[in-house]
Amino acid sequence: MYRTIGDVQKAVLSGETVLSIAQAYLQRIEDHKHLNAFLEVFTESVLENAKKVDEKVKNGTAGKLAGVVIGIKDNICYKDHRVSASSKILEGFTSLYTATVLQRLIDQDAIVIGRLNCDEFAMGSSNETSAFGSVENNWKANHVPGGSSGGSAVAASANLCTITLGSDTGGSVRQPASWTGTYGLKPTYGRMSRNGLIAYASSFDQIGSFTNSAADAQLIYELSAGEDEMDATTSSKEVSNDKNAFPEKLKIGLISECVHHEGLDPEVRKNLSELIQKLIDAGHEVTEVSFPFMDYMVPTYYVLTTAEASSNLSRFDGVHYGYRSQDAKGVEQTYVKSRTEGFGTEVKRRIMTGTFVLSHGYYDAYYTQGQKVRRVLKNRTDDFFKNLDLLLLPTTPGTAFEKNAVKDPIQMYLQDIFTVHANLTGNPAISIPFKVHSNGLPYGIQLMADCFQEDLLFHGVKKLEELL
Amino acid sequence: MEASIRDKYEVVIGLEVHAQMLTKTKAYSNDVNEYGSAPNSNISVVTLGHPGTLPVMNKKTIEFAIKLGLACDAHIAPAQHFARKNYFYPDLPKGYQITQDTTPICTGGSIVIRTDDGTEKSIGLTRIHMEEDAGKSIHDVDVYDTLVDLNRAGTPLLEIVSEPDMRSSMEAYHYLTEVRKLVRYLDICDGNMEEGSLRCDANVSVRLVGVSEFGTKVEVKNMNSIRNVQRAIEFEILRQIEVLEAGGTLSQETRAFDALKGITISMRSKEAANDYRYFPEPDLPPITITKEQIETVAQEMPALPRALFQRYTKEYGLSEYDAYNITDNKGIALYYESILAHTKNYKSAANWLMGDIKSYLNEYGIEMDKFPLKPLVIAELIHLVEEGKVSSSVASQNIFPALFSTQESPLQVAERLNLIQNSDEDALKGFILKVFELNPDEVARYRGGEKQLTGFFMGQLMKVSQGKADPKLANGLLRQLLDA
Repeated sequence: MYRTIGDVQKAVLSGETVLSIAQAYLQRIEDHKHLNAFLEVFTESVLENAKKVDEKVKNGTAGKLAGVVIGIKDNICYKDHRVSASSKILEGFTSLYTATVLQRLIDQDAIVIGRLNCDEFAMGSSNETSAFGSVENNWKANHVPGGSSGGSAVAASANLCTITLGSDTGGSVRQPASWTGTYGLKPTYGRMSRNGLIAYASSFDQIGSFTNSAADAQLIYELSAGEDEMDATTSSKEVSNDKNAFPEKLKIGLISECVHHEGLDPEVRKNLSELIQKLIDAGHEVTEVSFPFMDYMVPTYYVLTTAEASSNLSRFDGVHYGYRSQDAKGVEQTYVKSRTEGFGTEVKRRIMTGTFVLSHGYYDAYYTQGQKVRRVLKNRTDDFFKNLDLLLLPTTPGTAFEKNAVKDPIQMYLQDIFTVHANLTGNPAISIPFKVHSNGLPYGIQLMADCFQEDLLFHGVKKLEELL
Repeated sequence: MEASIRDKYEVVIGLEVHAQMLTKTKAYSNDVNEYGSAPNSNISVVTLGHPGTLPVMNKKTIEFAIKLGLACDAHIAPAQHFARKNYFYPDLPKGYQITQDTTPICTGGSIVIRTDDGTEKSIGLTRIHMEEDAGKSIHDVDVYDTLVDLNRAGTPLLEIVSEPDMRSSMEAYHYLTEVRKLVRYLDICDGNMEEGSLRCDANVSVRLVGVSEFGTKVEVKNMNSIRNVQRAIEFEILRQIEVLEAGGTLSQETRAFDALKGITISMRSKEAANDYRYFPEPDLPPITITKEQIETVAQEMPALPRALFQRYTKEYGLSEYDAYNITDNKGIALYYESILAHTKNYKSAANWLMGDIKSYLNEYGIEMDKFPLKPLVIAELIHLVEEGKVSSSVASQNIFPALFSTQESPLQVAERLNLIQNSDEDALKGFILKVFELNPDEVARYRGGEKQLTGFFMGQLMKVSQGKADPKLANGLLRQLLDA
């Protein structure tokens, strides 16, 4: 079993073939089928590619990720492989191209082992909206892994892949990372190309990684981030690598409204307090700051993301590709029936909500207002980082819940209360494993940095982990 | 309809023109932007709207929009924002069109037209914005199914929206002619209405003369030539007046023009209109247009037809008719300018263009750019006539036709064909005496007082000299010898 990229690299150095490493992973995946983490394992191309990488290793031309096995969330395109966003509506669809971020990792000889279950179109916080069944949390039976990148979280946590890719629109990487004891990174908006990521909410979506170490998160980030001419929203800012330029003693901010949040699990709260004390004792400067917008964040997030989603998901119309209703006659019926039958309940709820907030007569009250709130949140957050290096906050209010335990959509939306902030404002954030709860389930803690300060974020993780 | 009834009403027309831009690639992808390719051949995953694909702005479209904005004296917005217009249609793969909603690249400005009576009228522009075209749904090829060709999907468009400033179908005709001329001069659109690279929707309403509120507006679509735009509007004006005169009311609707029957037919009412749910396109960050950028485009602007017209009529002394005809076609205007690089005889150059050259083009059915003779050659012809070496009729009838089958200069052709005009007095005198010798009776009659016989002698002289006699000189000498 390999936990990290380092483990794999060691094995390759000691003469293990990439093919045997890949086969070991394939076997582990087979042994953990009950988790329902994989929607498809690309056995054929995995074996083929493994042999090619072995050749390169022999010739000394292998890339930095030779032997590394990657699983991808089922909303990331991989040429000549199927992709479905865990939805029936993309039935039978094969991608004709590879996502930029994935291609950059493949260029370093990573092998893509399969596509991972997730909430349908990344809409959900428990992986229960997938058209292909929910994912089992590998820490505890009959518990959800979180979402929407639940399959990616479990596959990394259960070591079914060396690393996995997910996407984070409102916490879809960090929240399941928290609930599976993994590292979940969401880079700054504009750092990761979205080319080849099936869009949910374009101005929020970022590809992120699940890893079993902070070093792996950083390496994957450095190899895959940066400007892409295929995505106009990527930043031209250099992806730097200055690991030493940061202060030993950090200025860390705590958002009062988060650390004292009434929904916070008592055990999480207690451990958080202890950690804060340790940070102070270690000489870091910890200050509490106020961000009195908690009640606005989730509603703003849902107004804006559903608006964008309602438009982004228009292309799934039963006409050009994917699922088409069998008994539809004419164009109108093809649209209505294909979409009614092809989309699940949560996706339809968000399309309807988004259509409503963009409608004539409601646009200003919802969409425009949402944009204004987003601007306020962004400005206030930028202000924090004028005086602070990092913000420390819980990733999730508690631990993973039992399957089918949360039925009210609003309750479900509140699972993202501490994670939507970074998506609304575009900041980079990471969830790292914090503790295992007395209920046997893990939970993480979250660090957020100023935009494009991923290096400082990784530095902060290192400092924090010294105390864990 | 009786003029007395029609004259009770004032017509109000505004036009929305879509011009396909002549960029090499599409608006938001690297797909080739080309008319006439095999169906569904210029389509990448971006054009197909495949999951995960993103638009990437073709910056050339901004340059084209700036050009048009400058030509119309419009205000060019410094920040470009894009929007999505959402609607479902099989030839719209993404389910939305990328366009500009509240922030068009150009606002204001105007296009000056020449009305039927030759006066100028300025038609105001509301806005010009950039957007992408949809694909094409083909309903009449397959019996059972509608076919979709996505080659056109993603083609960059400029939408030019006029103010409701036109007051007759002829003004609309002139406006559209002017728009087409302009986009062709600017090289941003080929202006071909039959192929759909230039399309026009007309908003038509009527109101009683003297009333200030607008009447109920009807949008007319589906016109594939400038003439049909005029016909459709004319029909619509009469239809609306008839409804009103019969005591009826008009409804705000969209109507399609049936070119065969020459009528408009209701397509949909205003109530059935889509809610397009415009919102800012999150995949395209705003683009800033700098003053320098606008200045760069301004410096590369070609001369425009109206400026040329004014120069030709005011400075070169051409007739309005000639000036209009030369500037009507960019190719001809450019050719004219090129001739003028070698001669300052503006009128002669215009005469050659409007006469022999145009005839040649008509005869062979070719455009100006395919005309085989270089402008310098025409200038040389003009010089030959100016210098008195050949008469203009010899230049036109003998030299011009010979130039198409030779590499020789007009002078060389004239020499080879022995057409150089004789201005040598002695030679001329010889010819004249020869004429006298051949026509003794007429000489006697002239000397007897029939002075009108001068013309006869000139004709004979030309015959004898095979057209080489310089008429001016010959005339004087002839009289001198006759009266001696």
